[in-house]
Amino acid sequence: MSKPFKDVLTSGEFVITSEIGPPKGTNIDKMLHHIELLKDKVHGMNVTDNQSSVMRLSSVAVCHIIKDHGGEPILQMTCRDRNRMALQSDLLSAYVLSVRNVLCLTGDHISLGDHKGAKQVFDLDSVQLIAAAKNLEQGQDLGGNKLDGSVEFCVGATATPETDNMDSQLLKFRKKIKAGAEFFQTQAVYDMSKLKSFMEHARQSNTKILAGILVLVSAGMAKYLNANVAGVTVPQELIDEIAGAEKGKALQKGMEIAARQIKQIKDENICPGVHIMAIGKEEIVPEILEMAGV
Amino acid sequence: MIIAEQKPIQEIKAMIAGYQKVLIVGCDTCVTICMAGGRKEVGIIASCLRMALQIDRKKPQLIEDCIQRQCEWEFVDTLKDKVDGVDAILSSACGVGVQALAERFPNKPVYPALNTTFMGMPNEHGLWVENCRGCGNCGLGRFGGICPIARCSKGLLNGPCGGSQNGKCEVSKEMDCGWQLIYGRLKTLNQLDQLEDILLPKDWSTDRDKGQRKMFRGDVYYEQTV
Repeated sequence: MSKPFKDVLTSGEFVITSEIGPPKGTNIDKMLHHIELLKDKVHGMNVTDNQSSVMRLSSVAVCHIIKDHGGEPILQMTCRDRNRMALQSDLLSAYVLSVRNVLCLTGDHISLGDHKGAKQVFDLDSVQLIAAAKNLEQGQDLGGNKLDGSVEFCVGATATPETDNMDSQLLKFRKKIKAGAEFFQTQAVYDMSKLKSFMEHARQSNTKILAGILVLVSAGMAKYLNANVAGVTVPQELIDEIAGAEKGKALQKGMEIAARQIKQIKDENICPGVHIMAIGKEEIVPEILEMAGV
Repeated sequence: MIIAEQKPIQEIKAMIAGYQKVLIVGCDTCVTICMAGGRKEVGIIASCLRMALQIDRKKPQLIEDCIQRQCEWEFVDTLKDKVDGVDAILSSACGVGVQALAERFPNKPVYPALNTTFMGMPNEHGLWVENCRGCGNCGLGRFGGICPIARCSKGLLNGPCGGSQNGKCEVSKEMDCGWQLIYGRLKTLNQLDQLEDILLPKDWSTDRDKGQRKMFRGDVYYEQTV
């Protein structure tokens, strides 16, 4: 059985988390394969919540499956699809299914996904969702009613170290900490100087920051990220490096880059851990960790 | 004011195609200013419909009119005689006007010629923007006079999401990030400290979720006897 994520966070160990993407449909074979591969290699597996506003198997269900397989799940919850009642209800459900970690996110806009005409919710924002989880721990719901049996979560949030509006993002970062966030997993970071400068602000708090490592699989992906994903900037030298890889070796190069970044973050003690995103290619994560020597 | 835009003529045509005599009524207030349903637009809609229906060898009688405001009984009642003589009404007002006509003339079918889009203003000539969602509990004082409910695409209350870049929203590079506007404005006013407190979840009970909202003021109320 995996160690509780909360204990890992306070252990001083270099923290490694990765992602499990629920399938679109009920075929969980590939996902189970990824869970088996990762459960003993990482300290926590984030389960994305209708990632990119694309409808999929629920993150609560997948967290439960991970738990059944002996892994440590981190439940991602976004505010896009559920109002405050449904969010709190799902937090209670997750708790009784032995899920103990939750990452609170705003969620992508509905128009970015595959149900563009759906009504989006955003009854709460990420700060309020963190506060709601903490409130449930106190045995109360947002309606001010007493619970018969409360919850206990290790509550996390996200941050964007490469943002171009650091002042306003730091405002939100401070609020997330004030609301009770115990750890942060960041958006993908490629420029270590920007990560270092973000960490100068973050170190003033007690919270643990896990740097987001998004594995590049091609130069095209890097260009796409630069053009379309807010808060992510792949520097030109990395694009050149991956573009210069031998034919059929771009993924290998992307893995090398990710491993190099992880090693640098650990060796220079930039962050106390990393969150590795391989978006559907989770089978490469163990090899990246080996290459990074962690 | 209320902003609206005309429906595609084919959609309007399909709604009124079965009638012989139709009264097309414009509104001289908001939808005139946003150039969607005033006197001039009523004329254009009628001409387009005549041409569109002629293709099907139909020649219905289309009567054109426009009143000061379709959302006040005083003006709606002036239509009574004209309404009596037609089979249906096509309203080129906002949804409030369409419903006022439907309520006043219970025996006549009423159809909308416009899509009511939002509450807003003309920002430039030919460009209208939404600025208010009418949530019933105005918090503009806290946000430097820029509404996060109407102008953040997610209606967030505690700051920008991670999708904000170069001052624009993740939804579209053409759309300003409401939170960057709020932050910038409060910075200019030297009032950034008022953003530091965590805002609790909004009380939506004043929003439209409870069904039709009504407002009553006893000091100006009197029962209409007519």
